[in-house]
Formats: sequence, C-alpha cells, structure tokens
Amino acid sequence: MGKKQTETLVGLFVLAGLLAIVFLALKAANLASFSLDSTYPLLAKFDNIGGLKAGAPVKSAGVTVGRISSITFDNKDFKGVVAMSMDSHYLFPTDTSAKILTAGLLGDQYIGLDPGGDEKNFKAGDTVVMTQSAIILEDLIGKVLYNKVAEAPADGSAKK
Amino acid sequence: MTAADIPAAVGRRALGLLATLGHAACFFADLAASLPASLRRPYLTVVQVHAVGGRSLIIIGASGAAVGLVLALQGYLTLSRYGSAGSLGLLVALALVRELGPVLTALLFAGRAGTSLTAEIGLMKAGEQLVAMEMMAVDPRVRVLAPRFMAGIVSMPLLGSVFSAVGILAAYVVGVMLIGIDSGQFWSAMQDGVDVFKDVGNGVVKTLVFGVVTTFIALYVGYESQPTPEGVALATTRTVVISSLSVLFLDFILTALMFSAP
Repeated sequence: MGKKQTETLVGLFVLAGLLAIVFLALKAANLASFSLDSTYPLLAKFDNIGGLKAGAPVKSAGVTVGRISSITFDNKDFKGVVAMSMDSHYLFPTDTSAKILTAGLLGDQYIGLDPGGDEKNFKAGDTVVMTQSAIILEDLIGKVLYNKVAEAPADGSAKK
Repeated sequence: MTAADIPAAVGRRALGLLATLGHAACFFADLAASLPASLRRPYLTVVQVHAVGGRSLIIIGASGAAVGLVLALQGYLTLSRYGSAGSLGLLVALALVRELGPVLTALLFAGRAGTSLTAEIGLMKAGEQLVAMEMMAVDPRVRVLAPRFMAGIVSMPLLGSVFSAVGILAAYVVGVMLIGIDSGQFWSAMQDGVDVFKDVGNGVVKTLVFGVVTTFIALYVGYESQPTPEGVALATTRTVVISSLSVLFLDFILTALMFSAP
C-alpha cells in the first residue's frame, strides 16, 4: 500500500472519529444550547426547599429562564437560600413571586417564577421576597390525618 | 513442600510482582521519554494509526451498533413499565457515553489491536530484529515502540467516540423508527440530561486513559516475552487478560472519581 493511500485512510479514520465527537457534543449533549451568555444572580429564601437541587431549572410560564447555581442555609432566619443564575435576556419585576414546583407527580423539582406588575425590574443580587415553599408529602399527609382525627369524635357521637 | 515453605512462596510471588511493576514503570518512563523523538518521523506513527485504529473501525462500529440496538430494546421494555419510554434516548446516551462506549471499546481494542501489537513485537524479538536494530545504533523504543504507543493513544478516543455515536444512532433506529417513540422527545430528553463536559468529556478522558493502558500493556508484554513460539503465544494471551482486567478495574476507579458527586 502506498504512502499516499495510507495517509488518506488515516485521514478518513481521524475525520470519522472527530465527526463522532462533534455528533456527541452537538446532537447528544446539545452544546449549541449550552449558553455562554451572560447571567445575573438572583436570590430567594424558602422556608423549606424540599428536594430542590443545584442545577435545577428556573422556569417562568414553562420556559427555562435560568438555573439554580447553589443552595445554602441561612443561619439567621433559618431558611434555605437558593441562588439562581438568570439569563440576562429575561428581566422580572420586583414583585415577582417564586415557588417550588414538581415536574409531574414524582419528577424533579424546579422553581417557577410568577411575574408581578411592578415597573421596576430585579437587579443582579436582588432577593425575591414572595416565596412559596415546596410541598412536602409528609406534611400534607399529616394535615389530612389531623383533620380526620378532628372529625372522628363528631362521627362517634353521632353514632351513639 | 513443608508448611514453612508456604510463606516463602508467597513472599517470592509478592517480590516478583513488585519487581515486574517496577520494571514496567521504568519501561513506561522510557517509552514516554522516547515519544518526542519518534515524532521526528511522523509517517511511522501514521502507518501505525492505520494498523491500530483505522483497521479496528469496522469491528468498533459494528459492536457499537449491536450494543445500541440491544440497549434500546431492553431499555424500552423496562422504561415503558414505568410509563417513561420518552427517556429512552437519555438512558442509551448516558449508558454509552459514560460507561459502555469507553469500556467495550477498550476491551475490543485490546483484543483486536493489542494482541497484534504484542505478537508483532514478540516475533520481532524472537527473530532478533530488535537486537539487530540496537546493533545498528537504532533505538527500537524510538523506532518501533513509540510510534505504536502514540498510535494507540490517538486512536482510542476516536474509536470510543465512534462506538458511542453509532450506538446512539442504532438506538434511534430501534426506538424511533421501529418502536415509534417521538423523535423530538428522544433527542430532547437526551440533550436535557447529557452534559458536554461532565458526560461526553469524561467519557473521552476515560477512553484516553484506556488507550494509554491497553497499548502500554500490549507493548510491554510483547517486549518482555520469551523469544520462542510458546513465549509469544503466552504473551498474546497475557495481553488480553491483563488489559481486560485493568480496564474493568480502572473503569471503576475513574467512575468513582468522575461521577460519584451528584
């Protein structure tokens, strides 16, 4: 086999390999949507963050507008502090409220933003004041049981 | 053999193993040091990339396709039980990119290319070609071993990526075309869950590590083989056994380092 032919075959092999890497990066992992766009930080304090994790999306009207960068605990008012990095294309009024929602019944949790009507928008580093905690299944069951127990004596007396 | 001989036998084995490891480490350092010198003749490396990588492309592609097809079928059966067949793309892509692609490629590479390297070098040694080179003041490490080592390191990441990419395409054929999962869901679930650097990048790093390990084992075992027909046969077998086991255990260590944090 000639030198030229070998080199051509190796060139094709290398091209096939590089093509595969590009395919994995673009089609399988979606490097294209990996935004190096600028973001701005936003904070939100929750009484209970439930199963929220860093990296979870921040959505408004179902559209992802940012990601959760970190979750810490505030030892002064005993709340979970969620730091979000928001896409700087999207600005939200200062009376926007944040709540922790669940995708599907057992899906991952994310933060939903409901925009308010204020004319001023959040600036970098601002804190979302109006927040609604995650729904904890145990608390919910506890409440239902408590209500049942509260109803029970009334039923018992009716039977007597 | 008396009872007192048993500790002595264990000790001899242990010392022998340590000596082999130390010798292999010195050999690795020598080989790494002769890599730059071998680049002065790039054509030697190009020929080896063709022999080691280009010729392995078909078996790697075919295996990737087979694995992708099976993964898609089995994954669909399990996922549909939980009503989440849409995540099939994600399942297949993560399994291939993180684990199956690098590991299976390395195992196939050890069987397809590693053995031929060992046999070639073992026969060169048996035919006293390596000694003859030294007599002519040509360093066989620079002239023979280093281009093959370089070729293995270059080829493995490329082969591993081809394996994963072909596997994902094969899963697409089964999942979307045959079973009828929505095409958009297949890709979007995948793109949502696969990270470029964490998953694809770490997968490529794994294949790179496996490339270094399998090629080095093949070269070392061939270079240290007994210069007899039995010796070469034994060395070839040993290459497959040692490289396969090292790849499987190294994969556990690499996975623990790369993916243990959520």
